[in-house]
Amino acid sequence: MSLSISHKEKSILYMSGVSKSFDGFKAINNLSLLIEPGELRAIIGPNGAGKTTMMDLITGKLRPDVGDIFFNQDVDLTQYSEAEIANMGIGRKFQKPTVVETLTVFENMELALAGKRRVRDALFFKSTSAGLQRIDEVFTTIGLGDKRNLLAGALAHGEKQRLEIGMLLAQDPDLLLVDEPAAGMTDDETEKLSVLLKSVAGEHSVVVVEHDMEFIRALDTRVTVLHEGSVLAEGTLEQVQNNERVIEVYLGR
Amino acid sequence: MTTTKPVLLKLLEDPASRRFLAVLTALALIVPCLNLLVPEGSVFHVSTYTLTLLGKYLCYALLALSVDLIWGYCGILSLGHGAFFALGGYAMGMYLMRQIGERGVYGDPILPDFMVFLNWQELPWFWLGFDQFWFAMVMVILAPGILAFVFGWLAFRSRVTGVYLSIITQALTFALMLAFFRNEMGFGGNNGLTDFKDLLGFDLQSDATRNSLFFISALALGLAYLLCQWLTRSKFGRVLVAVRDAESRTRFMGYRVEYYKLFVFVVSAVLAGIAGALYVPQVGIINPGEFSPINSIEIIVWVAIGGRGTLYGAVIGAFIVNYAKTYFTAAFPDLWLFLLGGLFVVSTLYLPKGIIGLSRRLVPALSGTGKQAVKEAGQ
Amino acid sequence: MPLLAADPESAAGTDGLRASLEAMAKASFSEKSALIAGIAGSGDDRARVILEALLDGNLQYRKEDLRPVYLDENEEGDFLVDALTGENLGAISSKRKVKKITINNQLRGELKLAIAGFKLSQADAGARAEAARSIINGPEPELLPLVADAIDVETEPDVRELLGYARASIIVANRIGDADQLIAALSLLGEATDRNVISLVSRFLLKDEEGNYLEKDPRLVEVAEASLNELKAKQSFYQILQNVFFGVSLGSVLLLTAVGLAITFGVMGVINMAHGEMIMIGAYTTYTVQLLMPNLIGASILVAVPMAFLASGAMGILIERLVIRHLYGRPLETLLATFGISLILQQLVRSIYSPLNRSVITPDWMSGSLAINGMFSLTYNRLYIVIFSLLVLLALMLLLKKTHFGLQMRAVTLNRSMASSMGIRTGWIDALTFGLGSGIAGVAGVALSQLTNVGPNLGQAYIIDSFMVVVFGGVGNLFGTLFAAMSLGIANKFAEPFAGAVLAKILILVFIILFIQKYPRGLFAIKGRFVED
Repeated sequence: MSLSISHKEKSILYMSGVSKSFDGFKAINNLSLLIEPGELRAIIGPNGAGKTTMMDLITGKLRPDVGDIFFNQDVDLTQYSEAEIANMGIGRKFQKPTVVETLTVFENMELALAGKRRVRDALFFKSTSAGLQRIDEVFTTIGLGDKRNLLAGALAHGEKQRLEIGMLLAQDPDLLLVDEPAAGMTDDETEKLSVLLKSVAGEHSVVVVEHDMEFIRALDTRVTVLHEGSVLAEGTLEQVQNNERVIEVYLGR
Repeated sequence: MTTTKPVLLKLLEDPASRRFLAVLTALALIVPCLNLLVPEGSVFHVSTYTLTLLGKYLCYALLALSVDLIWGYCGILSLGHGAFFALGGYAMGMYLMRQIGERGVYGDPILPDFMVFLNWQELPWFWLGFDQFWFAMVMVILAPGILAFVFGWLAFRSRVTGVYLSIITQALTFALMLAFFRNEMGFGGNNGLTDFKDLLGFDLQSDATRNSLFFISALALGLAYLLCQWLTRSKFGRVLVAVRDAESRTRFMGYRVEYYKLFVFVVSAVLAGIAGALYVPQVGIINPGEFSPINSIEIIVWVAIGGRGTLYGAVIGAFIVNYAKTYFTAAFPDLWLFLLGGLFVVSTLYLPKGIIGLSRRLVPALSGTGKQAVKEAGQ
Repeated sequence: MPLLAADPESAAGTDGLRASLEAMAKASFSEKSALIAGIAGSGDDRARVILEALLDGNLQYRKEDLRPVYLDENEEGDFLVDALTGENLGAISSKRKVKKITINNQLRGELKLAIAGFKLSQADAGARAEAARSIINGPEPELLPLVADAIDVETEPDVRELLGYARASIIVANRIGDADQLIAALSLLGEATDRNVISLVSRFLLKDEEGNYLEKDPRLVEVAEASLNELKAKQSFYQILQNVFFGVSLGSVLLLTAVGLAITFGVMGVINMAHGEMIMIGAYTTYTVQLLMPNLIGASILVAVPMAFLASGAMGILIERLVIRHLYGRPLETLLATFGISLILQQLVRSIYSPLNRSVITPDWMSGSLAINGMFSLTYNRLYIVIFSLLVLLALMLLLKKTHFGLQMRAVTLNRSMASSMGIRTGWIDALTFGLGSGIAGVAGVALSQLTNVGPNLGQAYIIDSFMVVVFGGVGNLFGTLFAAMSLGIANKFAEPFAGAVLAKILILVFIILFIQKYPRGLFAIKGRFVED
């Protein structure tokens, strides 16, 4: 499946013909994907479909063997490091919640808060009222405001998930990559999360990788099915669930 | 949070730091008094030997502080920090060597004895300028600083981390040791640099000089402590902790991890170099043995025993382990390596946070029973 | 001291020899000359040994019965050994009871000739070739007729060739014969492969202070020059081969010391700073085995290999159970704890064996060298270590690939929880794997004891090198370890002539430091996201 140049015009993320292999194993195979600004996209696929590798390729942790990855139409992401890509406005939440456990919830937020990242900025950093206000806003969105002075390591699993999403919001990226956010959350939390992600989309673009079908249904958005490193199907959840090839792959007929 | 208080005052807000600096100040003032003013027969007299020994410990404490800054706060376990210490020491040693002048065994006004011995005709280029104190002091900072910068720039940029980094830092100091053992290197080979006479015209053997060196060492330790406190208390310090505990995450938040590591590594190396420069005039010798990997790894044990990740813990660890070393190597020389080895094992298995961590665990219980005791006494 | 077994079948020869030797005790120098000729003519191989002893001044006789003996002086006293039978004749109270059989310069010449004659007429062609080479190294004029005769009867072409060089060496060294003969000899020597020949030939190219050749005959100079060039070219070729061999043997040592680490570090991910001390334990085991079996030094090394494997392996298992297993997943802590253990082990050895270096005896079958030709020889101890290290690597690979234990071990390293749920006792596998790595280090210690002194610091000298090899080769890859060890060994030996031993080592270290920074996962890294943290 290849995308024409005209589509690239209005994309925030554009991947075309991307492949990546490890010792002969093709984790990503001629993958093409286009995310429009403000879009909320769900990506599903069985284990080993290449979802995490795709995230690694977008965020600069891995380099593709071949293929193009463009951000905001003309920024070639394959040329930049993780930190540079993050500063361009791509935020990432890991599959396993990763927060700095030995810092407090507030300090985690403060680290993530959008701003200059140079060494001297950190040395002579002074918190501003605008920054504090932004952190408060995020706390209202994700909760945890009452736990701002606790060590992040003391949080429950679901709370860490929320904190990490909060950090992503504080970072204020244009594109959010969210890897399995619902894992380990209660049903109630999952529901809140889907509402949150939907509200974030529009202003930001969001890509969610998920296993949980209920969660995908709740997101109610365009779905891409990955299989063996390439796109198997794309469309509404309904459409892909009725897609012959998807059924074949999932049910192994 | 937004405060206009001077940085210094803010650093002193922490009670532990205040206590630490108070003890250090007391030490810096009282010990020289007890050495100079109290007559020798008195029980309160501190001998010049003890004074020099304490001065040596102060230098070790500064070295431990520098290691704690990178290991405790940023997770960089350097097994080669002795190299930076030694480089600082050699820079100072070269100045002291040039001060000897005609008083050397061979009486050559320019060439140090070992060069005359090797039949060298003129001073190698890298010895030029070391007759100037200011130049030597600049080199005390630049030599370890530049080495740390080049090494760190290569290592951190290519993301050599964890154990790999530890092993190549060890290889670094090992290579330097081999190099400095060579006579051709021009640093006195095996014997290193010694037989120093005076520093800025002050006789190194005189009590006044020794007391001054002691005081300067304490001052350097105090200032370094404040610097480290400032670094670790700032947002910079929190980024370091984030790098230590979640390096990948920090990167995806947009921090150029390699620059943070490089900065703190260079600061740490410079502190180690200053420690070495203060150490050399007090012990009177610097030789390639200072580069040996075991020296570097011993520093780690000071920090581990004291408690990494707390600045005063590193200092306390340096004092305790070195006092134990002084005592045991004199009284039971055979036991010392057993004890040191045992300390490594015990501290990693049972004291992951060192003595400071242990006391934090014990003291709440102690103070609890203490209050109980007071109450009972009151009734 | 050569000990000859008593052999009843040669009793008659023995009696004849004995009579001649007893007669020699009181004989004059001219009578001795006749007796030596007689002994040499007997053709008995023991006669050669006795003549050599006589030449070296080792042959004595007992005053009371004129019996020819050797004096064996050792820590327990002075013993007499029968020169012919090797029978131990017991201790003597005073050295005055024996007397040396004296010789003079003329006899010395005769003895040399007789011995050379013996050697050149030995049945073994290799031994004859060896004899011819020794003549090239000591081309004395008296030997010329002997060599000429030997050439006539020699049937083996290789030995004949060598004998030809020997004759030419004698002619060139002593300027025997006319210019034509010298030219022929000089040009023949150009084809020889022997270091000594170079100095023989270059004597014809000496110059005086004004730069003129001392040799007046320009034809000789010309031939000598041509031959010398030929020889020099050969020498530099063999020098390279020699360097490669030294490099390979150094590489084998590195391989032996690193391959255990490739298991504990490469496979298990445990940083064992006490790895060097495992090597040290192996070396001390060798020393102890030799103490326990002083009369079987030849076999002691073979016994020491399994013993060292067990001793170091057991120590490894102990360390794993007591300390390391509490620290899995905390590599830096493991590094520190095992460093502490290394200090304790060093001090332990110091307390038990004293801090002084101990020397381990090299058995006869490992000393000496295999001469390929006069310019290139392989010392046996290095040769055996090369072979041994490859055998160890092979055995280890077979163990990992073909045995049940190897399978379990790989299963545990790939997926611990899966392996555990399949009923593999992961704790034991960890301990045994660590024991295996440590045991191999012990075996390396046996090999090292043959190359260097055994002391408490033995291990420390190798730990950094071992880590460098494993990291350079790529963690978890035994072929990488082999390649890294060999290439580092050879690079080191080739850098040495230009840079000196210490600087060569420094250069290699700096190279690896830079290399790791470029390729943090080594030469043969296992790629993939599974190795990502």
